[in-house]
Amino acid sequence: MFGDYSIGDLGSIFVMQGFAGLILFSVYVLMALGLAIIFGQMGVINMAHGEFMILGAYVTWMTSNFFQSYLPSLFSGYFFLAMILAFLASGALGMLVEWVLIRHLYKRPLDTLLATWGLSLMLQQAYRSIFGAREVGVELPQWMLGSLHVTDSIEVPINGVFVMGLTVLITIGVAYIMFRSRWGRQVRAVVQNRIMAGAVGINTAKVDRYTFALGCGIAGVAGSAFTMIGSTGPTSGQLYIVDTFLVVVFGGAASLLGTIASAFSISQTQSTLEFFMSGSMAKVLTLLAVVGILMLRPQGLFALKVRK
Amino acid sequence: MNDSRFATRSELIGILVLAVFLVVILPLCLDVFRLNLVAKYLTYAFVALGLVICWGYGGILSLGQGVFFGLGGYCMAMFLKLEASSVENTKIQSTPGIPDFMDWNQITALPFFWKPFHSLTFTILAVILVPGIFALIIGAAMFKRRVGGTYFAIITQAVAAILTILIVGQQGYTGGINGMTDLRTLKGWDIRPDHAKVVLYFFEVGLLFACICIAQLVRHSKLGRILVAMRDQEDRVRFSGYSVANFKIFAFCIAAIFAAIGGAMFALNVGFMSPSFVGIVPSIEMVIYTAVGGRLSILGAVYGTLLVNFAKTSLSESFPELWLFGLGGLFIAVVLAFPNGLAGIWGDYVQPRIGKLMGTRKPKAGWTDNSVADGAPAE
Repeated sequence: MFGDYSIGDLGSIFVMQGFAGLILFSVYVLMALGLAIIFGQMGVINMAHGEFMILGAYVTWMTSNFFQSYLPSLFSGYFFLAMILAFLASGALGMLVEWVLIRHLYKRPLDTLLATWGLSLMLQQAYRSIFGAREVGVELPQWMLGSLHVTDSIEVPINGVFVMGLTVLITIGVAYIMFRSRWGRQVRAVVQNRIMAGAVGINTAKVDRYTFALGCGIAGVAGSAFTMIGSTGPTSGQLYIVDTFLVVVFGGAASLLGTIASAFSISQTQSTLEFFMSGSMAKVLTLLAVVGILMLRPQGLFALKVRK
Repeated sequence: MNDSRFATRSELIGILVLAVFLVVILPLCLDVFRLNLVAKYLTYAFVALGLVICWGYGGILSLGQGVFFGLGGYCMAMFLKLEASSVENTKIQSTPGIPDFMDWNQITALPFFWKPFHSLTFTILAVILVPGIFALIIGAAMFKRRVGGTYFAIITQAVAAILTILIVGQQGYTGGINGMTDLRTLKGWDIRPDHAKVVLYFFEVGLLFACICIAQLVRHSKLGRILVAMRDQEDRVRFSGYSVANFKIFAFCIAAIFAAIGGAMFALNVGFMSPSFVGIVPSIEMVIYTAVGGRLSILGAVYGTLLVNFAKTSLSESFPELWLFGLGGLFIAVVLAFPNGLAGIWGDYVQPRIGKLMGTRKPKAGWTDNSVADGAPAE
């Protein structure tokens, strides 16, 4: 399959496909970060994670429409406000969902799966009723359009670079919150031993609620970033949910570094394969490889040695 | 519960009531179109029945039952499609004698894995063996390494996604997104007219009761009790010297085979098979049938399937917007408020009242002594 290309062409192909893979990687990481907190840390299977992401995307879309009609002069910077709003909206919804639904189900992880699947169906229908069944696209500000010419055969889109930068920042932020802040220490304490954490004076119910909300909020930001590279429809979230779960499981559920590594390997494999065969076969081969490796190494790439 | 009995008296009455309902009442009350709809719903009841054993008793939640439903359905559909694509029927194609979708995709010879499906015996064996062996491989790979619970659910879900993408992508070999349509005859016997639909319905009900009997046997045998013990205290069962993995593999394979029989009946009753019954969404919907019926109740699975599907058909006919809200709400309500489903409501509220009216105290049925809420599998 390499025969028809010269060495130089192949180099460019790998760089371009690698870059396409990096954008996919960013989306995976952003989605998986929230899920790594909710599923990896709390053990809750949140099938509605994609819908929290789409909520962020719709918030971004509404913000961009608002800026276009009322504050066109500030339009070039709307995105930063939209991201904060997306975080708050998804986080608030997450908090509500935790209070109504999830907190009753911590002891039954498989049942959270069914309940959140039901929630995802309801959210999808709600989006369809409110925003319509058609996919919506966000108008990008001028400075995000176009692409950077690195060499004459390699060019990279600016919005992709922006999404990647954003991903790096958010990842560092999450790592800081989880591993360096007092609150992150409380979260990890509750996860490792709920009873002891409660005994030393941590309000475990409150920590649970805010952890869930944080995970959902990050999903919202992921949705916000997602609008820059794709259009948003009521069921867009569902397309990514299985992939995201695989990313988290493949990386080793409790490991943030593992999540990033697995998102990287999955997205790079898929986008490189996509060049040589149809998109569907590339996806099948990637998923098969992931499932195959998981069967041989069920604990994922980076397993934390925790006594259960 | 007595040892080695097929069913308690109340269960036997329950099976008889269901038999009367399916064999006498429904065929008398419904026209052929509606009866065919019931036949379609009942194909999902096979899946729900398998899930009762696998999920309710074994504690293994599989989100990939659509895979086995689909494999069974596709095996049957391949046989029917080959029969429908005889040389006389397909003279106008550039290559007569192969299925129409292959001709459209410029395939000129029948692929090797299609050839054995000329034989009905092979097809029937394949309907059972292909999904059974597939489940055996997945189950052995996962359970021997002690992967279970949520991880297993996610991986089965990924398998469902893979198979769907594969079927849709390989249009020339599988019919793609449209699936295999225009299935006509079974060994020369036309499956499309009304009287054939009625015959198929009764045949399906017969198969369903055979599966119910197998499920009852499993449940009341020592095997069934080990499954329940394993669900509640896996380590203790392992320390007692049982091979936990093998029991799990068995439960998963039985569920897969039941699902495959359902799929094959689906292809016969409905006359087509498509990837939309394989993927993640239908697989999870099949789980909800079991959950609504009561994940510990064999008969509840049948009632749950019928009820959810009737609700789906009537609601989505008249209020398409409301249906997803309804289904979503149903998921949440069943999980939060009624973890034992219809069977739980029956056992907790209806049966004691009937007992009071009759003036007798019936022994409590099986589902109350191992309800879900307290017996959740330990992770």
